[in-house]
Amino acid sequence: MTSPVAPAVRVRGVPSTGPGGTSAHRSPRRAPWWLWVAAAVVLIPIALPIGALVVRVAGASDETLSILFDARTFELLVRSALLTTLVTAAAIVVGVGAAWITVRTDLPGRSLWGVLVALPLVVPSYVIALSFLSASGPRGLFARITGTTLPVLDGLAGAWLALTISTFPYVFLIVAAALRRIDPALEDAARGLGAPPLRVFRTVTLPQLRPAIGAGALLVALYTLSDFGAVSLMRFDAFTRVIYAQYAGRLDRTPAAVLSVALIVIALAIIWGEERTRGSAAYFSHRPNRPALPRHLSSAGRAAAACALGLIVITGLVLPVAVLISWVAEGSALGEGVTINWAAVGGSLLGSSLAAIVAMVAAVPVAVLAVRYRSRVSGWLERSVFVAFSLPHITVAIAVVFFSVRYLGPFYQSLVVLVVVYASVFLAQATGSTKASMLQVDPAVEEASRGLGRGPWTTLKRITIPLIRPGLLAGGALVFLTTMKELPATLLLRPTGFDTLAVDIWSAANELLYTEAAASALVLLVISAVPMYFLVLRQKDVPV
Amino acid sequence: MHRLTILVIAFAIGATGCSGSSDSSNTLTIYSGRSEELVAPLIERFEAESGIDISVRYGDSAELAATILEEGDRSPASVFLSQDPASLGSIALAGLFAQLPSETLNMVPERFSDADGRWVGISGRARTVVYDTTLISAGSLPPTEDGFVDPRWAGRVGIAPTNGSFLAFVAAKILLDGEATTLAWLEGMEANGSPTYPKNSTIVGAVVDGQVETGLVNHYYLLRVLAEDPVAPAANYFFPEASAGSLVMPSGAGILEADDAPEAAATFVEFLLSVEAQEYFAQETFEYPLVPGTEPFGDLPPLDSIPTPDIDLADLAPMLDLATDLVAEAGLL
Repeated sequence: MTSPVAPAVRVRGVPSTGPGGTSAHRSPRRAPWWLWVAAAVVLIPIALPIGALVVRVAGASDETLSILFDARTFELLVRSALLTTLVTAAAIVVGVGAAWITVRTDLPGRSLWGVLVALPLVVPSYVIALSFLSASGPRGLFARITGTTLPVLDGLAGAWLALTISTFPYVFLIVAAALRRIDPALEDAARGLGAPPLRVFRTVTLPQLRPAIGAGALLVALYTLSDFGAVSLMRFDAFTRVIYAQYAGRLDRTPAAVLSVALIVIALAIIWGEERTRGSAAYFSHRPNRPALPRHLSSAGRAAAACALGLIVITGLVLPVAVLISWVAEGSALGEGVTINWAAVGGSLLGSSLAAIVAMVAAVPVAVLAVRYRSRVSGWLERSVFVAFSLPHITVAIAVVFFSVRYLGPFYQSLVVLVVVYASVFLAQATGSTKASMLQVDPAVEEASRGLGRGPWTTLKRITIPLIRPGLLAGGALVFLTTMKELPATLLLRPTGFDTLAVDIWSAANELLYTEAAASALVLLVISAVPMYFLVLRQKDVPV
Repeated sequence: MHRLTILVIAFAIGATGCSGSSDSSNTLTIYSGRSEELVAPLIERFEAESGIDISVRYGDSAELAATILEEGDRSPASVFLSQDPASLGSIALAGLFAQLPSETLNMVPERFSDADGRWVGISGRARTVVYDTTLISAGSLPPTEDGFVDPRWAGRVGIAPTNGSFLAFVAAKILLDGEATTLAWLEGMEANGSPTYPKNSTIVGAVVDGQVETGLVNHYYLLRVLAEDPVAPAANYFFPEASAGSLVMPSGAGILEADDAPEAAATFVEFLLSVEAQEYFAQETFEYPLVPGTEPFGDLPPLDSIPTPDIDLADLAPMLDLATDLVAEAGLL
């Protein structure tokens, strides 16, 4: 982002704190009332499902509550925590590594690599899982082509690999953007003083990347916690699998609510953990006026870097696409017509675009309050946005059914409610990038506007929003991409007759109509690749 | 900024417009736990023949049942079409189904409908064992599911413990064999390291792909695979002795009590029991037609030749919570 009014490079070194923390940089002004009103409006659809869960659990019998203290529940908790930890750790390593290679080295074709490496984000985790399963095993794609059997990739290892591949792009995108705006002067100084490259990375670069890594890792961890598709296909017993099983196997919906509240507690623990690690980190407020010089790679280094990136692209993109194409090809060979369900394409585009727009609008008050008017309340506002991101969507959807059929009249099963639910469960992705942009806006610029007699509303509209636009758009793109993949809430809340590609894939795969499922999945990938392309290519301007 | 404002306003208008269209008076709303691929062609025929407009909400049977329970008497649904008797039973237990006319109920053998006449069976789905024909011969398979807890089947029998039809099977087993025996069987399957899958179709897929040797499933998934790939090395095995494992579970339909178009709903349910619809289920979805007179697909054993365990399907739903508890207690959930 090139801001015409930004002063020269200045390392502020403000201690960045998590939501709810104190800041050395608190604005003297109070937030205008309408900002709180806007935040309250955003909070309603987020707090509603959480509130409904708490009410239902509060009314639960002791016998139902005892499910919380089952040895099995504890075991599942441990398994989910283990999976989340492993996925997050791997996503950080892969995401930071890929970001460093594509941003800081002279690897040929690194812009293209940047797009390719980010693309697994558009592949639904259940499609990645399905492609791993169908490639491995004695009659899998790999065995049929090479004659060598790959062991069936499932269980913890399979879930770990599938979820790492489908979530590491969160870390990659956010860290790559952060790497671009880190001032190279500090690293140059460290190098000039004789520090070896690894030490420069560890002691100078990495600390500056901490907030970005934390933000990406938080999205990875909470997504992993809420994922159902990949863990169930990989036959890994995670918490969400049991929550979904409660809906299938019980007339009483209370036990599922009880387990979901337990999940909220885990999510809060993760959010709290991320806030703690951010506590001592520093960030830099301004884009450097010169980019870092790319590090020259030797030919061996280039080969290693290309191999590493190639491996990511092969597992996360080439393999799923190859499996999907092989299904379509098998179907056409049997004379099945491969058709594109245009109604589903339209439904996906409409629902996802509207969700992205609503999330972008909703992200503004959350980000402004979190950065400019940091307080206990704005901290909890931000936390609830993250909690909403971590809930299994079936739980959210059931709560919304209960509420909207009673109190929203004609809006029950309407696109309005569906889009609001999409926007609220995925809002965390938009507030994250918007907040990062917001942190780069010098408050002095806003103060100047106020000093010149403009009111807070005009200042927000004319100064702040144009300055944070790149972050807003990046957030909107992420919301669009995840909404394209969303299934459980869509199934329960969509207007009757409203179709999306994700629903189409689910419905066809359920009936073992893999040709049709694969055709829809390929269309979904192609459509999602467009915003992803702009997201990555425009990233030079986008401080995610 | 202005473009964004315009978009938001356009959204508000467009979305409000969308919301009103779903419940116009001459439209029958159906919640279908049976997938669009399977029933949409049939529904189109009904619309053409009857002149009644239908709007269908497709989803998972259990999740749609949960939705109807949350909606209570405000449900926009007129008819609930479900894959399994347990989801239908949960709606019947909540008192949300209307009584069906006896002419409708009489078309189907009594054992495939609700004893109190609140839902009727439409098509039959037999519990079977799918097995890899390159590794196993039918002769080596046990006479009932009880044989699968033998250590020689360790790791070789796929099950779908979170799936509705498996849970209905467990509920049936509790009714037939009692709670303790059922728990012991589940624990035996767990101790045997039986691989678990999310649903029947994934078990069939895993057997066809050589990832597991056998699995407890419903009969028609394999027929669908064979229709696409006639040389797939797998076959269905029907347990020769009556047990929960030889249960034939109906998919079925009920009419919601709060419905304001009961006649159209009744016409639709009758249509599902017509020769035309029963033929469709036999030939297109490979299920058992339940109305006598229509033959099942290909060389499927006749419905009467499958040994029937003696249970009342209406007893399944109340047993579902216990079934889930036992599955969880055995460590399979």
